[in-house]
Amino acid sequence: MNQNFFSQNRVPVLYAGMAALLVIVGLGQGWSVSLSILNLCLISAIMSLGVNMQWGYAGLFNVGVMGFAALGGLAAVIVSMPPIHEAQAAGGSGILIGLLILVATIFASIFVWKQFNKNKKLAYWLIFAVIAVGYVLGRVLFLPAVEAIEAIDPSVSGYLGGLGLPIVLAWPVGGLFAAGAAFVIGKVALGLRSDYLAIATLGISEIILYFIKNEEWLTRGVKNVNGLPRPVPYEVDLQQAEWFQKLAADWGMAVTEASSIFVKLCYAGLFVAVIAILMYLSETALRSPWGRMMRAIRDNETAAAAMGKNVVKRHLAIFVIGSAVIGLAGAMLTTLDGQFTPVSYQPLRFTFLIWVMVIIGGSGNNWGAVLGGFFIWFFWIEAEPIGLWLIDTLTAFMDGDHPLRVHLMDSAAHMRLMTVGIVLLVALRYFPEGLIPERTARKA
Amino acid sequence: MTDIINALVVLANFLLVPALTYGSQLALGALGVTLVYGVLRFSNFAHGETMAFGTMITIFGTWGLQSMGVSAGPLPTALLALPLGIAGAVALSLLLDKTVYKYHRQRKASPVTFLIVSIGLMFFIGGLVRFVIGPGDQIFFDGTRFIFSARDFKKATGLDEGLALKMTQAVTIITAILVVAAMFWFLNKTRTGKSMRAFSDNENLALLSGINPDRVVLITWILVGALATIAGSLYGLDKSFKPFSYMQLLLPIFASAIVGGVGNPLGAIAGGYVIAFSEIAVTFAYKKVVAYVTTYEPESLVQLLGTDYKIAVSFIILVIVLIVRPTGIFSGKTL
Repeated sequence: MNQNFFSQNRVPVLYAGMAALLVIVGLGQGWSVSLSILNLCLISAIMSLGVNMQWGYAGLFNVGVMGFAALGGLAAVIVSMPPIHEAQAAGGSGILIGLLILVATIFASIFVWKQFNKNKKLAYWLIFAVIAVGYVLGRVLFLPAVEAIEAIDPSVSGYLGGLGLPIVLAWPVGGLFAAGAAFVIGKVALGLRSDYLAIATLGISEIILYFIKNEEWLTRGVKNVNGLPRPVPYEVDLQQAEWFQKLAADWGMAVTEASSIFVKLCYAGLFVAVIAILMYLSETALRSPWGRMMRAIRDNETAAAAMGKNVVKRHLAIFVIGSAVIGLAGAMLTTLDGQFTPVSYQPLRFTFLIWVMVIIGGSGNNWGAVLGGFFIWFFWIEAEPIGLWLIDTLTAFMDGDHPLRVHLMDSAAHMRLMTVGIVLLVALRYFPEGLIPERTARKA
Repeated sequence: MTDIINALVVLANFLLVPALTYGSQLALGALGVTLVYGVLRFSNFAHGETMAFGTMITIFGTWGLQSMGVSAGPLPTALLALPLGIAGAVALSLLLDKTVYKYHRQRKASPVTFLIVSIGLMFFIGGLVRFVIGPGDQIFFDGTRFIFSARDFKKATGLDEGLALKMTQAVTIITAILVVAAMFWFLNKTRTGKSMRAFSDNENLALLSGINPDRVVLITWILVGALATIAGSLYGLDKSFKPFSYMQLLLPIFASAIVGGVGNPLGAIAGGYVIAFSEIAVTFAYKKVVAYVTTYEPESLVQLLGTDYKIAVSFIILVIVLIVRPTGIFSGKTL
């Protein structure tokens, strides 16, 4: 009976459990901490929705989540930061011409490829020539511009700045950036052996990060971009506003604490709105004929192709859409942080943790992916105190400066790496279906 | 005339020798990836970390030998500790195969599942290595540093430019040649090697002919563990041992294997050198060479791409090969 109740109401029960965990943290460590975790949980959930679209719907293995998320973050910088007019005057035109030459080179290469399709050898040489000319031209015009931009006030700016638009606009733009990168990768690697996509996405995500770290004229690189504008009010302004002081009094809290909670609630509201829209869209899509087609392709490509479905094109579409969702989440994350720090993008945190979320949550099920995002993020944050406490207790019998104890305490950070690996392996072996398994016609 | 010879010496010193060394390391790494692909049929993302693990054991062995006062004369002591490292990596590979891969193999899981499993193992081994030896740099090279240094070369030839050959470079290249030769002899001449190739070519036919699949898998992991340790130790001797850089080696290694044709050992070796040469040639500063060959002294470094984009080179080659010839240079699917 009990078993039956759980299996029938799996989704609400698990979500209630998750909410209870957040409430426990709220009561124990304070609501501000709990809300910070919640906000990052929401963003993680969106990323894992994106990965779930690629993996759960279509069986595409993307190990470049980090790169797409970083592109989203870049979008936040480019859209929202105020423009730096001196830099644009100094090098803007050079950069623009350089980019135009790049685009022209690409189109010329594609044109040559299409025109000389019959004579491949000639086509290769011509493309080589086109790229060489484009490279030399681009470099001659591009490099001086870059130097000019990076020379302007390098400690504060030294980059082009952004467009000065509201940062919420950056979210869809982040999606577009990621979609563009995904399109190129998908064009190359889809339709080949399935693991080529994994290797190609692994490569592109590393290269995107190298690009972001090194092209200082665009991103300030490792100097970071701080003080991104916010879509929600600032704590300081709230503390001064009369209506807010009254509200805080009603809540029975100090004004400073209330303002921090209020800001986090605003973020949470925005994120919940985004996730609700995405959930609605993806659930509708999954139930539609299109969703059935995607699952049919995933389960048996040959049969689906025999039914006249263009497998490669459908894969490309879903790969681009999923990556766009990841890019959107990346832009949201940078918005929440209020700064863009390229060094913080680590594959473990941005690619593989998201994968664990999808697999633990239940691949192929949107509710599962979102729950996985919440669940894994929660434990990711809380694991460090738990792990440190565990090592501390286990080695309590040793002296404070016993070498083994010191070594273990220092290595606690690497336990995360190992734990993610072990969780992934255990999940794949013992619960490959995840917490909320995919709904199939027979089970539903 | 001497200008041109000087230019060639610069190229040999900064491009040819380093690329041959790095290429040998990549080739050995790619050979391991290709073996796993050919026999077990998945892309092993844990290979870089297996290399790091084997190297770690080799380092411990080296330290042990050094503390006992054993040395290999002018050669690095690590070569004596190599068997220990190989034993460690083989033991780890076999243990993980038994506890992790075997289950999925029996269920005939898809290659993508294996790939995710290997990523899980990549984190597990990576965490283990960092846990035991720490994430920092370890230099475990000893013995003579140079076979001949740039100064000796200049004195001997009277040229302006020097050509140096480091001990690690010579050791790497010679070891790679020996290992590759042994590997091909094994695959082509011995009964076990032939059974491995048969298994890789057509699993069902091999099973019907009475080849024991468990034995093939066992031999494969032994070879993979040995290759990974040798490649990793040579890389560590030549540069330095740092767990993170082994994770970064994964992309060039995969690129080498794919460029050469996955599953083809000859291709893995060719791919390794192709990737190494292009990586170094594209990020090489040609300033000196240009100055020698022409009369004009360029102001810039005459570098095609910044050194920071080294990793991008292997990726770009990978993409080009995937577009133009997805099967790789030596189109091969079997050993």
